[in-house]
Amino acid sequence: MNIKNLIKYIDGDLLTKSADLSREVKGGCGADLMSDVLASIQPDAVLLTGLCNPQVVRTAQMSDVAAIIFVRGKKPPQETIDLANEEGIPLITSPFGMFELSGRLYLAGLPSLERPITD
Amino acid sequence: MAGSITRVEELAYILKISEVMSSQVKTLNPHNTMQDVLECMRENRISGIPIVDQENQSLIGMVSTEDLIRCLANQDVQSNLQKYMSTRLVTVNSFDHLTEALKLFAKTGLGRLPVLDEKGALTGILTKGDVTYGLLRALQHDYQEEEVRIYRASHLFEDIESDRTSLILRYTIQHFDFTNGGAASSKIKRALLRMGANAQLARRVGIGTYEAEMNLIIHTTNGGSIHVEIEPHQIAVYAWDDGPGIADVQLAMQPGYSTATEEIRELGFGAGMGLTNISRCADEMDLRSELGKGTHLTMKFLLTGEDVVGEGYTSKTKKESSKNDA
Repeated sequence: MNIKNLIKYIDGDLLTKSADLSREVKGGCGADLMSDVLASIQPDAVLLTGLCNPQVVRTAQMSDVAAIIFVRGKKPPQETIDLANEEGIPLITSPFGMFELSGRLYLAGLPSLERPITD
Repeated sequence: MAGSITRVEELAYILKISEVMSSQVKTLNPHNTMQDVLECMRENRISGIPIVDQENQSLIGMVSTEDLIRCLANQDVQSNLQKYMSTRLVTVNSFDHLTEALKLFAKTGLGRLPVLDEKGALTGILTKGDVTYGLLRALQHDYQEEEVRIYRASHLFEDIESDRTSLILRYTIQHFDFTNGGAASSKIKRALLRMGANAQLARRVGIGTYEAEMNLIIHTTNGGSIHVEIEPHQIAVYAWDDGPGIADVQLAMQPGYSTATEEIRELGFGAGMGLTNISRCADEMDLRSELGKGTHLTMKFLLTGEDVVGEGYTSKTKKESSKNDA
């Protein structure tokens, strides 16, 4: 699924202008703890989060995240959007909550790209 | 796609019309006939001809294929071209940005615009094809710039002879500087990718360094510094600070153990996973700390097999195949 299609499944609004919407998303991961994301996420995932600070973008960049979705209609501050534009990571906001979003994307065929943290 | 469209829009504001237009313009003068128009269009495979004054080369009118068709329908090719030429001219200036021309194309539906210089003399012609070609050329140039950077960085060590060559990157990290948190790791990751590191290695170094960088921001008294020593077959990351130090290193290493405040947790950190993450990303990890003196963290990443950075060996295909780590 590419990001353009993904936006349709979640009634999403794209917040970044310089985004490559043809990028392929291989699965998803949902978390508000960035350390959990760094520890568990696999490449090319879409990240569902309620956290809006610029660290989300940094975390995404380090872990090769394809796009970030802010849950419950959250809108990140401008500094987060600026950093995402700079790093070319699409930011999307969706009115749905984390649970509903995970369900929608899972039903649409996206697998989980979270691996267990305990070895 | 949207990314490239935005870049195209941006380019339309950067590129001047003079950089994109065709400057070899075929022109005719008011004494020519429609027969001359027909031949000129056929020979040069063009669809519009500016008509200029023979003496001062100023633009008088335009004849397009549509005008020619009207003429042919009247079986009137022997007539003077002035009978069919358009004199209501829409022109652009060579020193304007491309976006001005795009607006005019959209507004008028015209296929070509004569381009005038500062003095108002005809200097070129701009078709939609010229615009497309000009934008593609500019995009290609952008792409090549990054390719050149990658090429230069990936061959950094190749021509330098020593018993042991390494490149050291140094970064200063300020305490509680959340605004720039991760900026150093971000630069390090990009540098490694340019030097030819495969995606998985760059990711491991990036995540490990990011956790270390956040630790310096969150847990130190005066911040600290990160040094990265890059050698063709090994990358070492050193993060050190001058306090306060860790009371019990073994306890700090336990997953879930954290001394972070509620404020830090609200930022998405302080889950007690940082050091655990670091040890999983690095091939070797060493953490030494003394209360009141500070903490020294060393991460080593070993490149195996054909993988190498800065010596230009890593092929593109290999990078692709190693993109998905387990």
